[in-house]
Amino acid sequence: MELSVDHLLGIKYITEDDIQLIFETADHFKEVINRPIKKVPSLRDITIANLFFENSTRTRLSFELAEKRLSADVINFSAASSSVKKGETLIDTVNNILSMKVDMVVMRHPNPGAGVFLSRHVDAKIINAGDGAHEHPTQALLDTYSIRERLGDVAGKKVVIVGDILHSRVALSNIFALKKLGAEVKVCGPKTLMPKHIESLGVKYEPSLIKALNWCDVANMLRVQNERMDVSYFPSTREYTQQYGVNKNVLNNLDKEIVLMHPGPINRGVEITSDVADSKQAIILDQVQNGVAVRMAVIYLLAAKINRGVAIH
Amino acid sequence: MKNSVILYPDYKSETSMSQKVLLNATEVQIALHRLACQLIENHDTFSNTVLVGIQPRGIFLAERLKTMLQEEYEIKNIQLGYLDITFYRDDFRRSEKPLEANKTQLNFVVEDKKVVFIDDVLYTGRSIRSALTAIQDFGRPLEVELLTLIDRRFSRHLPIQPDYRGRQVDAIGDEKVKVCWKENDGEDAVYLMNS
Repeated sequence: MELSVDHLLGIKYITEDDIQLIFETADHFKEVINRPIKKVPSLRDITIANLFFENSTRTRLSFELAEKRLSADVINFSAASSSVKKGETLIDTVNNILSMKVDMVVMRHPNPGAGVFLSRHVDAKIINAGDGAHEHPTQALLDTYSIRERLGDVAGKKVVIVGDILHSRVALSNIFALKKLGAEVKVCGPKTLMPKHIESLGVKYEPSLIKALNWCDVANMLRVQNERMDVSYFPSTREYTQQYGVNKNVLNNLDKEIVLMHPGPINRGVEITSDVADSKQAIILDQVQNGVAVRMAVIYLLAAKINRGVAIH
Repeated sequence: MKNSVILYPDYKSETSMSQKVLLNATEVQIALHRLACQLIENHDTFSNTVLVGIQPRGIFLAERLKTMLQEEYEIKNIQLGYLDITFYRDDFRRSEKPLEANKTQLNFVVEDKKVVFIDDVLYTGRSIRSALTAIQDFGRPLEVELLTLIDRRFSRHLPIQPDYRGRQVDAIGDEKVKVCWKENDGEDAVYLMNS
């Protein structure tokens, strides 16, 4: 089995079989990262550049750790301290880095489609680590992997994504991944934060949080992205919390126990209260651990497509 | 695992190949008994010894030996684990077929233990080289031994030899050795195939 794609640009471009292959490979890496020595030598001959044109802490750390656990060489780059400020184009920046013999690029960029653009112009495997409000495929993979781990399977499960769907690349990638794996998906949040044609993706809009939570098996609480909101989408944070925040009270009044996820970083007391975030129902820290295993799987499977071409037998 | 790719093609589909029986079911059974007795000679009660089957094909032999040691030689508490070497192989990205991993399952500490690697065929020695690297990630064994049912002479790429062998075979060039197990392939037998 191998991936059907040469780059991971978005969940939209991969198949269900690809996702299952990534999950199965991640199972093995999850075992690896729980060993006394959490490292395998598979990618000793691979160099990976992490290009972050937008701020990130956990995604970058998670990628870097995944790369190092596979024994790849890693170089890091962040836009804040680079020649991008001096007016260099994206292709020039990346080609300069590639001329130092880099095999794979992990890129986060504020512009949607930056990864796709790059994959057409440079000779390296590209992993999209978030492009604007478009996709964040590895986040969706680790979210669905965590659901699979907790509930056994993703197919047939009911998942509600709550919050800022409009600005969220996590939401879009999650919708693609969940649909491909056969889950039912609803989105919930203020009408102003819903994309106009969201239902064309095969998901339903549910304005009431309580109804949505009573329906679902899993609730993925998105972060309120204040930095992406150029105009006011809701009157105040407090009002958002009252309508769409999850606290112990809300959970206790449900008919069943649901699983709570959050891609981080949490605005404690806004989307989710501290007692809920730290409860057993929340799998937020499992998501973080699974993130390393899933990213190892993605990098490993893409690296397998870099053929060094010397057959031993 | 390289061995398994090269040595054990889906034999049912390759009826045109000529094949010769190296060991039949009785002979396999005799070899297993001898290997079990040799293990007992060196490891006595197995109190500080762990058996490690090399994935994917070594685990059948390992399970068989464990059962035999427990049931016919009444040695209690034999510890057996599986080791997958996929991520440690030296031919990643060099072979046509992508490598698929198997489960590693070592529910014991290998630090200061006598480890016995168990694989069905020793061919180039590369799998065992990978296994030696892999086992170190779980601790520092006191010593490591190698048990193999079939030892293909004259085909080693590395200075690795078995401590216990069922049968030594001279197989050359494109000849293949195929080990079948009742629980997986329907019969106990070892074949030499000419392609």
